[in-house]
Amino acid sequence: MDKLLFGDNQFFGINHMSEEKARAQAMRFQKTQAIMDVLDVAYDTGINTFMCTTHDRIAEIAKRVKADPVRYADFQFYPCMPYAHKYANAVTEHGMVGALREFMPKDGLLATALTGTKALATKEVDGIAKVLIDMEMKMFEGTKTPVVFIQNVFTDLLLGMGFTRALRIFDDHIREKWGAEPAYITMNMPMLLDALEKEGIERPIICSNINKIGFRMSGGFDAYLDALKSGRVRAVAMSVYASGAIPADEAIHWVSELPGVESIVFGASSAGNIRGTKELVDKYMGQHA
Amino acid sequence: MGKLKVGVVGLGKMGLSHFAMVNAHPDVETIACDGAGFMVDVLSKNINTTIYRDFDEMLAKEPLDAVVIATPSRLHAPMVTAALDKGLHVFCEKPFCLDWADSQRLTDTAAEKGLVTQVGYHYRYVGAFREMKRLIDAGAIGRITHVLAEAYGPVVLRPKRSTWRTDKAEGGGCLYDYAAHPLNLLNWFFGAPDRVMGSHLGQVFSEGTDDEVFSTLRWNEGPTAQLSVNWSDESHRKMSTKISLIGTNGRLYADRQECQAYLRKPVDGLEGYDEGWTVKYTTELTEERWFYLRGEEYSGQLDDFICAVRDGKRQAPENGFASATETDRTMAMIIENAETGTPVGEARTGAPQPAKKRGWFGR
Repeated sequence: MDKLLFGDNQFFGINHMSEEKARAQAMRFQKTQAIMDVLDVAYDTGINTFMCTTHDRIAEIAKRVKADPVRYADFQFYPCMPYAHKYANAVTEHGMVGALREFMPKDGLLATALTGTKALATKEVDGIAKVLIDMEMKMFEGTKTPVVFIQNVFTDLLLGMGFTRALRIFDDHIREKWGAEPAYITMNMPMLLDALEKEGIERPIICSNINKIGFRMSGGFDAYLDALKSGRVRAVAMSVYASGAIPADEAIHWVSELPGVESIVFGASSAGNIRGTKELVDKYMGQHA
Repeated sequence: MGKLKVGVVGLGKMGLSHFAMVNAHPDVETIACDGAGFMVDVLSKNINTTIYRDFDEMLAKEPLDAVVIATPSRLHAPMVTAALDKGLHVFCEKPFCLDWADSQRLTDTAAEKGLVTQVGYHYRYVGAFREMKRLIDAGAIGRITHVLAEAYGPVVLRPKRSTWRTDKAEGGGCLYDYAAHPLNLLNWFFGAPDRVMGSHLGQVFSEGTDDEVFSTLRWNEGPTAQLSVNWSDESHRKMSTKISLIGTNGRLYADRQECQAYLRKPVDGLEGYDEGWTVKYTTELTEERWFYLRGEEYSGQLDDFICAVRDGKRQAPENGFASATETDRTMAMIIENAETGTPVGEARTGAPQPAKKRGWFGR
């Protein structure tokens, strides 16, 4: 993994500091060109990886990247799935089973299984999960996707319920079908790490908040540091700046000294902030991305 | 001490999320319960938790300490009644009961039995609104006269298939689902309103229920508030609740991310709040919890409930049945006012003072 990954929250009106700023960003990035302009700045700064939700609008970005293979020779995506709103809307519209049926191949066995009154067999549940994963990956066909994440709301819901077998299905399918590294976003890193190990998943790539003030490091700051030191996790640090609560230099310097942190993911929309973060990561984490 | 045994009832939108958080709590052993369905089917094959298909059977067979009720609102009153009869502590999703007489009765029953009760008004666990409450109680902006309580979000954006959430009789609709939250915050700050007027429960896309709510609420010894809520607003990515207050010493604003204060003069005992603007963000107002799913406020409220039960307290620190009953009553006043067009509740006592006659430059 590259040392520095570019995130996408800023493009979709997600801001953990202020609803006003979030709206201003949503306005600014309404047009795909505006997103592309920022991605170009990041790419030209030497940040080659875009870690992004499987949002409908990302499909447009993937299309542009595919359309210019010379310009974007080193551009790669780390997809983060699922884009939950899509499912939430479908469930409100069609109910849980109806929504799933909408997403299954129309005349396939799974659609039939969902129509039936019989309880679903375990194999059928696995099959449905795989179809859903493939559907999320569709927009990235023809691009590089060496690492594929599962979103935190989903990871953490499954983790809390104890339905970690679903994470195992994801892990196997991403490796087998897509030849990529499966990875996990979570707000509960120490708990997730234990659960993944119980599923037989060793040294997983886990993206979680890791910052000097312990902001949203659920399970406790010390438990995070212990997990990192143990060498059992390949960590991607997000919220390194804690939404701006920590000065940039101090924040990156602190994270760079932690063992087990392989990458930092950050979001920014100004050229100044993008270059600033890149310079700090080069300075403290040693090498060019 | 052994673990608490908690039954989570209803595995819908909120129920699944409650189940995940309760199940992850280190002091709890969880049992789940929902009618037969796709989710129950999949989960019972894949997780270790016992899942009952029948509520009464679960109550009869399991030696529970507490239940978390997250079923459609219409079922709250009968299920909470059954749970209290069994001597169980109860956490119930909001709104509490559709008929506030039930809310009052259950509040009394639980109090007699000394059981811990709580209702899922999670905004009282959002750091920025807690800060707002602290500032109000400290008298930060003086006498508050002017209140605007708002909530907007994208729930019903087109005519669609009906579910219990779009059926008024089931406890659906924008008033119960959305407006309940800002109203509950107003109850927290100022208590139950004395008078409700100018209420409008409007339909935008729904046929069976309201998609937008307006109302004017008055406290005889407090401010007048305007409520503006709409769940057919796609411009918001998700539900956004905000409260603005103006008082004799300044202004307060809070939403899920931040609390902004403008003070005309500093107030004794409020450290860090100078004259002019002070803004506090989630990053500094957030308390870490054992588990995070969609926001600290959700696990925070469950943690308070679980700890109150575990520690043998007679009540939860926040959102007990009595306070949720205030909100149910406030919503009943809004419904009555919207239906009849007549103001509901007591008018301010004493006739308004006639305006004094003054000369052009008199004081």
